[in-house]
Amino acid sequence: MRTFLLLVRAGFRRHSTYRLALLAGTATNSVFGVIRASVLLGAIGSAGTHIAGYDGPRVLAFVWWGQALLGVVNLWGFQEVGQRVRTGDIAVDFLRPAGPQLVYLAEDIGRAGVNFLARGLPALLIGALLFDLAWPPGIGSWILGLLSVAVAVVVAFCGSFIVNLSAFWIVEIRGIRLLWMITTGFLCGLYVPVPWFPDWLRTFAEWTPFPSMLQHPLDILSGRVDGAAVWGTLATQLAWAVALVVMAQVVLQSGRRRLEVQGG
Amino acid sequence: MTRPDHDAPTSPTGQAGPIIEVTNLVRDYGGLGRKSRRVRAVDHISFGIQPGEAVGYIGANGAGKSTTIKLLMGILRPTAGQVRTCGLDPMRRRIDVARQVGVVFGQRSQLWWDLPLRESFTILAAIHRLDPAAARDRTARLVDELEMGGQLATPVRSLSLGQRMRAEIAAALLHSPRLLVLDEPTIGLDVLSKQRLREFLVEERRERGTTLLLTTHDMGDVERLCSRVLVVDHGRLAYDGTLPGLAATVGAERLLVIDLAEPTRPLQDVPGARLVAVESDGLRQRLAFDGARTTAAAVLTEVSRRATIRDLAVEEPDIEDVVRRIYASSAGQR
Ligand SMILES: Nc1ncnc2c1ncn2[C@@H]1O[C@H](COP(=O)(O)OP(=O)(O)OP(=O)(O)O)[C@@H](O)[C@H]1O
Ligand SMILES: [Mg+2]
Repeated sequence: MRTFLLLVRAGFRRHSTYRLALLAGTATNSVFGVIRASVLLGAIGSAGTHIAGYDGPRVLAFVWWGQALLGVVNLWGFQEVGQRVRTGDIAVDFLRPAGPQLVYLAEDIGRAGVNFLARGLPALLIGALLFDLAWPPGIGSWILGLLSVAVAVVVAFCGSFIVNLSAFWIVEIRGIRLLWMITTGFLCGLYVPVPWFPDWLRTFAEWTPFPSMLQHPLDILSGRVDGAAVWGTLATQLAWAVALVVMAQVVLQSGRRRLEVQGG
Repeated sequence: MTRPDHDAPTSPTGQAGPIIEVTNLVRDYGGLGRKSRRVRAVDHISFGIQPGEAVGYIGANGAGKSTTIKLLMGILRPTAGQVRTCGLDPMRRRIDVARQVGVVFGQRSQLWWDLPLRESFTILAAIHRLDPAAARDRTARLVDELEMGGQLATPVRSLSLGQRMRAEIAAALLHSPRLLVLDEPTIGLDVLSKQRLREFLVEERRERGTTLLLTTHDMGDVERLCSRVLVVDHGRLAYDGTLPGLAATVGAERLLVIDLAEPTRPLQDVPGARLVAVESDGLRQRLAFDGARTTAAAVLTEVSRRATIRDLAVEEPDIEDVVRRIYASSAGQR
């Protein structure tokens, strides 16, 4: 556990060195937040007072929490692990008395922490200053909502980790990564809330881990899901997290067995 | 140079027996269906290394050295044969092996690129579950001995090659491993850096008795650090023994450089010796002889019958030359 926490801290430090990128991220997030808020408010206005459980303040909460979590949850995925497999640097990871999945997960949690403080909170603040957004309905929603964010970080990490591990079998994984990015962006509910999807697509999305990466925490934090239903949402997320952690481990082990380290 | 102590009793953790044991090890690269493109990188290699030994693992580019090391660490799965590292199957017990072994791949880094060097040591200490106080002491010692105090706050990416290599070695030694495996640790280093690194390793081994397996193309490393050499050639073990023995095996000649009192005719007729060069009108002559067949003394006696010797030097066979001969002779067999 101490090991894990130290690795989280290292990830935090490592990512906090890119201050300018963080600042730029906050600025972009805010601009897009304003645009998205206007578009979705317009949609609600033309449909009446609410769509699928979203009224004005809730959709604003959806947008601004979404912007805040954009850098926290690794929706776009990473490429480092895939590159290490490709170059053979992954060999170094196997020289350590720790599982690479744990090491990289810890680092990603550190990265999430930096982004929450440096990009998430400012975005939320700006959203709150410019718009009248709904806040989590109670202390329970706050706590479980943030817990849900943490689980979302794990789910997104594991998904991208598995995508990266495909480099054990395929030399060029850019295509797969792009596909992952597009699918995630769409099905996690970033552009349009999942409950607004047509029935067939919503049903499909609900059978994938993607809503667990964003839609579910947003549901809890915006108060669209409240009371006992929160536990169900969290349970769904946890189930996906466990499934993906196990799957990543299986993929990693079979990748290791067929590993042909490239280069000296 | 220390003698190999083949009878070293027990290791620090109490496990007796060889620290590395490799039996008929084979490793092929290349897909299963593509027989034509299969490469046999390691070809039925067998050897054992006892705790406390220092072994140079040498061979030409592509001979299979790095592959062997990866097999020893459980990074690669053997195609056939057996590997035991610290008495364990590294493929199954990778983590237990990693706890007892320190490895440096000269061309790769195990440090955290973006972070100050100090952080890498902290993180590695955590990964190895070292007691924080003990880890601090150990880090301080290594930093001191490797003279890295000035670089602790520098991000790894800004270190010079020599600085980084010292840091890599400190990182590999942080958890006080029983076995240190270095794959080309001196690659790209200048003469002084090499020298300092070697001195450090000699000292470290003298203090802690760490077993060393060293891969290098620099024969100076081997001469200075290793009491035993393994030569691999095209994946096969071509030699296993001492360094002087290696020279004897290939019949490498020693060289006598003789300065004479006055210009002398070329000394072509010295029994057991072969004239290599005549310089300064015969004032200096170079004679090569096979150390297995005659002695320097016998050659000198013969020379002094013919001329007055003013000064002399004996040059040992150049190890690179010796290794080149091994490669050449096995290439000839192919
Ligand atoms: N990932 C790989 N895929 C295919 N062939 C490989 C791979 N890695 C190594 N080889 C081949 O295996 C052989 C041994 O390679 P290895 O890296 O073990 O050599 P080496 O002795 O370490 O050489 P060097 O001194 O150049 O580092 C070479 O013929 C090399 O081309
Ligand atoms: Mg090599």
